Amino acid sequence: MSASTVPDPIRLALDDRSRGWKVIDGARLTRDYLIECDVVIVGSGAGGGTAADTLTQAGLKVLMIEEGPFRSSTDFRMRERDAYPQLYQESAGRQTRDKGITILQGRAVGGSTTVNWTSSFRTPPATLQHWEKNWGLADYTVEHLAPWFEKMEARLSIAPWPVPPNENNDILRRGCERLGIPAAAIRRNVKGCWNLGYCGMGCPTNAKQSMLVTTIPDSLERGLSLIHSARVERLAQRYGRITSLVARGMDSDGVSAGPWKIRVAAKHVVLAGGAINNPALMLRSALPDPHQRLGKRTFLHPSAVCAAIMDNKVEAYSGAPQTIYSDHFLDTLPHGGPMGFKLEAPPIHPILAGITLPGFGAGHAAWMKRLPNLHVAIALMRDGFHPQSEGGNVAIRADGSPVLDYPISDYVWEGLRHALAVMTEIQFAAGAKIVMPLHEDAKPYRSWAEARHAIGGLPMQTLRTRVASAHVMGGCAMGADARDAVIRGDGRHHQIENLWVFDGSAFPTSIGANPQLSIYGMVARNASRLAQMLRKPDPRFA
Amino acid sequence: MKVFSRRAFLKTGLAGACLLAAARTLDREVFAQESRPGSLDLKKLANKDAELIAALAPAVLQGALPDEPSARLVAINEVIEAFDRTVAGLSPAVQREVESLLSLLTFAPSRRLVAGVSKPWNEASSDEVAAFLEQWRNSRISVLQQGYQALARVMIACWYGNPLSWAKIGYGGPPHAAELGLL
Repeated sequence: MSASTVPDPIRLALDDRSRGWKVIDGARLTRDYLIECDVVIVGSGAGGGTAADTLTQAGLKVLMIEEGPFRSSTDFRMRERDAYPQLYQESAGRQTRDKGITILQGRAVGGSTTVNWTSSFRTPPATLQHWEKNWGLADYTVEHLAPWFEKMEARLSIAPWPVPPNENNDILRRGCERLGIPAAAIRRNVKGCWNLGYCGMGCPTNAKQSMLVTTIPDSLERGLSLIHSARVERLAQRYGRITSLVARGMDSDGVSAGPWKIRVAAKHVVLAGGAINNPALMLRSALPDPHQRLGKRTFLHPSAVCAAIMDNKVEAYSGAPQTIYSDHFLDTLPHGGPMGFKLEAPPIHPILAGITLPGFGAGHAAWMKRLPNLHVAIALMRDGFHPQSEGGNVAIRADGSPVLDYPISDYVWEGLRHALAVMTEIQFAAGAKIVMPLHEDAKPYRSWAEARHAIGGLPMQTLRTRVASAHVMGGCAMGADARDAVIRGDGRHHQIENLWVFDGSAFPTSIGANPQLSIYGMVARNASRLAQMLRKPDPRFA
Repeated sequence: MKVFSRRAFLKTGLAGACLLAAARTLDREVFAQESRPGSLDLKKLANKDAELIAALAPAVLQGALPDEPSARLVAINEVIEAFDRTVAGLSPAVQREVESLLSLLTFAPSRRLVAGVSKPWNEASSDEVAAFLEQWRNSRISVLQQGYQALARVMIACWYGNPLSWAKIGYGGPPHAAELGLL
């Protein structure tokens, strides 16, 4: 193996003892630990990273605990079979209880930001208006949040992407254009991006401004303590306060907890473990939940997928993965009516293509052989805005591990059917010769007329229709009324005064856009309020 | 393909549930001491699981595996090893689900009843294997559909994650390998 010409600042700093980074590998513990701090943060993704940045800037003593490993650019070798087990929950095979929806969610230092596709959107105004009206979130307006989005956009180099879209995205743009459907460019959080197309396997050039290369190393410079490869098992509470947290170092297999315990006594606890793991931790800990709201309203942006074969090469594995989108079917399908969806294109690599294409044997292999000519579109359903779209429920198994039930209602199925038809029409409009909605009963269709008729008759059922998700939100909904919500608008738990939820699990609905920037902006504000409060000691905690 | 009556499905489903319990307790113990194929280094899978995967692979990956016999054997062995690594990377709860599925399919009585395959997997014809996969894929019993999808998708992931599979699908592998120190 030759030496990499791309420097890995994380590896360099970890190897250089004089830097003084306080990093503990939970898989290599040889004894129990007891740690005291001002704030302990559970999780290191968009929420945890942003919270650590803010709280360490305020001079607080902060400990971060992450279940996944600490990997960095020299480990990111652009191979799916290495990346998925290392960097994703359940080796990128996390599924709902009935196996109907496959969920891509990160599990490494940096969380999903280490593996996401860099799409950066501010929270749509329609979503914020819905929250203000229905969830009493008065200071979640476009105006209130704008300065926080600006701050995080500057922090993470979120900007228009000046390079032309790759062919996979350009087909989406051209198809929309021919049908008169407005489409636009996606902003990205990158600096000096090589346009490789492997963001989902960890950025090998450190161009993606994920938490892994921004807030977390900066926080470590300011004295953050980070324990990775450790799972938080339980919170203990007494008289409405969290009194301690117990984590265990992971076993060498990386999937079960090992023998050594880490006990943490912190003045405040920030949960940022994501919308499946946060509710599961609170359920395991039997925290107060007087209105049975915990783990409810978990949202996924359940996504339909449509594949097409083009005459020319698409090479959707190459180039920035997501650069074009259309919100036409969000803007023209307002809340309360038929389900709206966002249109995007995903990167297509061999494993992801293989497991998403339906069927097996010769038919499946025939599609795989056209990989270089494959175009794929996805439609992300905006869940949580209609009485028939209440999302899923997180529960815990006997062993304490989380499981998500996400029943898909007829209303959502009809939205998914509509989305399959729309994507098919766009792909034919862009020149596709063959289009196939990803469904066990679909066939390759040769014209829009043929496809339209067939899609109308597809049985929209779990396990027949491919449904995927890369955005897990909700489960610890915020809202002004404790009867509806787990936490308040400022992120504080309704019943527990020193417990805060700072990540996408706080959203009371889905976002209707890739959620990373929504998390960054909202957490930046809520964490800075917490930091201010801790600098001017609250009399209750003095 | 034969269309089963609702009653046949119900019988299969109920009997399958009883057999599953038997399969899990009996079968694992009987085969616990069994030796593994010398050439394969398996952490989680037993020899009979490996035989099952070896029997399913030519059907699931028809048209994708190499045609040349020795290359084909290497490919199938690498699918088995990757399947093993995949199982090891799942959470304990999901590992138990996979173990139940493999037990159901490798315990002879349940293999016959629920999978409809009369011979041991290493003697089953490719038509029988394909018929089993197609039957489970289209089953009205969701747990069988889940079982089909789990097997097919893990095997597909195990093959297409392997650089040996890439030439046939026109994928050149990661770019800039030299600059990024990947060689």
